[in-house]
Amino acid sequence: MMQNPHDDPAIARRRRWMGVLAQAPRETLERAWRRFAAPPAFEWLRRPETGLVMTRGRAGGSGRRFNLGELCVTRAAVRLEGGAVGHAYVAGRDGRRAELAALFDALLQQPTLHDELERELIGPLAEAAHAAREDAARKAAATRVEFFTLVRGEDA
Amino acid sequence: MYVSVKGGERAIDNAHRWLAEARRGDPAVAELSLEQIAGQLAGSVDRVMAEGSLYDPELAALAIKQARGDLIEAVFLLRAYRSTLPRFGAAEPLDTAQMAIRRRVSATFKDLPGGQILGPTFDYTHRLLDFQLAAGGAVPPPAERAAEPVAPAMPRVADLLGADGLIEPEAADDGRPVGDLTREPFRFPVDRDVRLQALARGDEGFLLALGYSSQRGYGRNHPFVGELRIGEVAVEFVPEELGFAVEIGTLTVTECQMVNQFKGSAERPAQFTRGYGLVFGHGERKAMSMALVDRALRAGELDEAVQAPAQDEEFVLYHCDNVQATGFVEHLKLPHYVDFQSELEMVRALRAAAGRPAEEPEDA
Amino acid sequence: MNDTATLPGFADPVHDAQRAFRALLDALARPGRIHRLPPPLRAVPGLGPAAAALALTLVDFETPVWLAPSCAPAAGFLRFHCGCPIVTEPEQAAFAFACGFAELPVLERFALGTEEEPERAATLVVEAAALGEGRALRLRGPGIAGECRTHIGGLDDEWLAARAMLHALYPCGLDLFVTCAERVCGLPRTTRIEPPCAPAEA
Repeated sequence: MMQNPHDDPAIARRRRWMGVLAQAPRETLERAWRRFAAPPAFEWLRRPETGLVMTRGRAGGSGRRFNLGELCVTRAAVRLEGGAVGHAYVAGRDGRRAELAALFDALLQQPTLHDELERELIGPLAEAAHAAREDAARKAAATRVEFFTLVRGEDA
Repeated sequence: MYVSVKGGERAIDNAHRWLAEARRGDPAVAELSLEQIAGQLAGSVDRVMAEGSLYDPELAALAIKQARGDLIEAVFLLRAYRSTLPRFGAAEPLDTAQMAIRRRVSATFKDLPGGQILGPTFDYTHRLLDFQLAAGGAVPPPAERAAEPVAPAMPRVADLLGADGLIEPEAADDGRPVGDLTREPFRFPVDRDVRLQALARGDEGFLLALGYSSQRGYGRNHPFVGELRIGEVAVEFVPEELGFAVEIGTLTVTECQMVNQFKGSAERPAQFTRGYGLVFGHGERKAMSMALVDRALRAGELDEAVQAPAQDEEFVLYHCDNVQATGFVEHLKLPHYVDFQSELEMVRALRAAAGRPAEEPEDA
Repeated sequence: MNDTATLPGFADPVHDAQRAFRALLDALARPGRIHRLPPPLRAVPGLGPAAAALALTLVDFETPVWLAPSCAPAAGFLRFHCGCPIVTEPEQAAFAFACGFAELPVLERFALGTEEEPERAATLVVEAAALGEGRALRLRGPGIAGECRTHIGGLDDEWLAARAMLHALYPCGLDLFVTCAERVCGLPRTTRIEPPCAPAEA
C-alpha cells in the first residue's frame, strides 16, 4: 500500500489496456467478443451504471486545482467464472461498451488469453488511436505559420 | 381582494403541443439528427457543454434540438439532466501541457517552441456570406496534411517565460480540498478555485462584455494573449476500488493564458501577471474572456484598486450563471397578481394621502 | 486484500436504495421506531445486512468511513460499492461503523460539526447485540410525542452518560443508527436516551 501503485509493472500494463478499452469503439469490442465460440461465463458485480466524474484543471495550467465541469461516465464490473474481476470506467453513456470493456479487462488478466488479446485487440486498437491522433497532428502541422522577414530599407 | 385561481391545464397542454409542432417545422423538410447537430453545429454544442458544465456532445446536441436552438434553454436542460446522475468522484487534473494540439497561437512570442499553429480557425476569413454553403451538396476538399505531425506535447508559453522571473509563478497546489460551487454556496471572499469554476461555466456573453469592459478602461490591466491552445487531453480517474489512475476518455478543451502588465507593489517587483481561462470544447472567445475576468478579479490580491464591475467578485460570480439569471428574469412573467394588487392598493393610498385621488373609472 | 470488493450490492440498486433511504429518513424523524432495510444480495463480512444497506444508500466518495476492527473486513466492499475513502482516524470520518458500543472510541474524537455547519458531524452506525429486546430505554425529544420506549442490547450506563454529555453542544453532536441484522433504529443527536427508571429532567 505504501508503494506507488503506478510503479508496479503489472498495474502499469493493466492501466494501459484499460485506457485503450475505455476509448475503443463499441463495434470493435463486439466483434472481438463474438470471436469466442462460447462466450465466457461471468457474474455481475456492478451492472452498467451511468454517473458523473468531475473534471479538473489547474490555475495557470500548473497551479491550484479547480473544478472544470462534469463528464458523463459509465462503469461496470464483472467476475469471470475463474474469479478474475474486470472493471471499466468509460466516458459516455453506453452501458454495453462499459460491459464489454469490463469483460475484456477481466479476460486480459487471464494468462491463457492475455497474449492473444493483446495481439488481436489491444494492439490494433492502440494503433488505430495513434493513427487518428497522428492524422490530426499532421493537419495541425500544415497550419503552422512559417514566418519570413521582408527586407526593408533603402540600402538593402 | 384575493382570488384563488385554478385552471389552465388544457391551455398548457395545447401550448406544448403547438411548441412540438413548431419545433419540428415543415414536415416536408428532413428532421435534424443529433449527429448533424453534433457534427455541423459543433460551436453550439461546445458552448452548451461548457455552460451546462457537462461534457457529453450527444446530450448537448439533444438539448439544442429540444430547445429549438435556444442555447440558454439547452444549457438549462443539460444542467437539469446532470442533477439526476450520481457523481462517482473527481478526476485527476487535466495536464494541458500534454494536449494533442489542434490550434496554438501566441500574440507575445513569434518564435515559440513548436510554432504558431492556426488550426481550424475563423481568423483571417473575410466574413463574407458563402452562398455556396447555402446551395449545399459540395464536399470540401480534405484538409492538407504535413509530412511531419506536430509534437505530441508542447510546453506552455507561460512556463517558458516564468523561468526568468519576469512572469509571476503560478502558486502551487497546497493540497486543500477543491471548492465546488455545486455543493457549497459562495462565501465571499471566495478562493480562486471556486472563481475559476464559476467562470468556466459562466455565460459567454456576460464574460465577454466584462472582459471587454476591462480593456476599455474599467479595471484596465493591459492584457496580451500569452498563449491560446485548443486540443484533446486525456482524463484520468482513480476508482477507489482500484487505487490507481485509469484513462477514461479524452476531452476537447480550450486554454488561454493571458499575460498582463503589472507595475509592482510594495511586496512584489514589477513583473507580468497572469489570468487563466479553460473551457470545454473549442471556445476561444470564452476562454479569453474568462482569462481577462480571472485577472481582473485578482485585483485585490495584487493590491490594485477594486473599482470596476469586472473586479468585483460578488458582482461577477452572482451574475455570470445564465441558468440562475434566466430563472430569475423569466420568473417575472409568472403570475404576480397578488403582489401587484397590493402594490396597486399602496399607490392608491399614497395618492389619496397626497390629496390626489386616482381617477375612478366611470363604471366602477 | 479486496476480498469483499467482489460481493454484490443491492439486488435492485435504484429501488432498494430508495426504499432504504425512505426508511432511514423515517428512522431519524421518529427516533426509536424500528425499521427494516432491504438487505444486500449476500452477507457482507464485517457488516450486518442493515448496516451494509445503510452504507450502500448513504455513503459515497465524499463521505470518508472509519471502521472499527470487527468491521474492517468490509473495507473492500465499501470502496467498491460506495467509492468512499477508508480513514484510520475517527476525526476524519463522516460515517463510523462499529460492532457493539464498546468498539467506539471516545465520542469527542468524531467530528461533531460546528455551530455554523452542524451537518459536518459524523454519523455512527453501531450493530447492537439486540434491538427490540434487551435493555429497555426511554426516549424523549423531537419526533417523539412525550416519550417512548425502545430496547437495545449492549448499551451500558457509561456510554449513555458519555453520549448525554454531547447534548450541551447542540446543534453539534452525533447522529446514531443502531442496527441489528436487517433492522435499524435512528437516534439523532436531539434524542435523549435514559434508563426507564431515571427521574425525568425538569
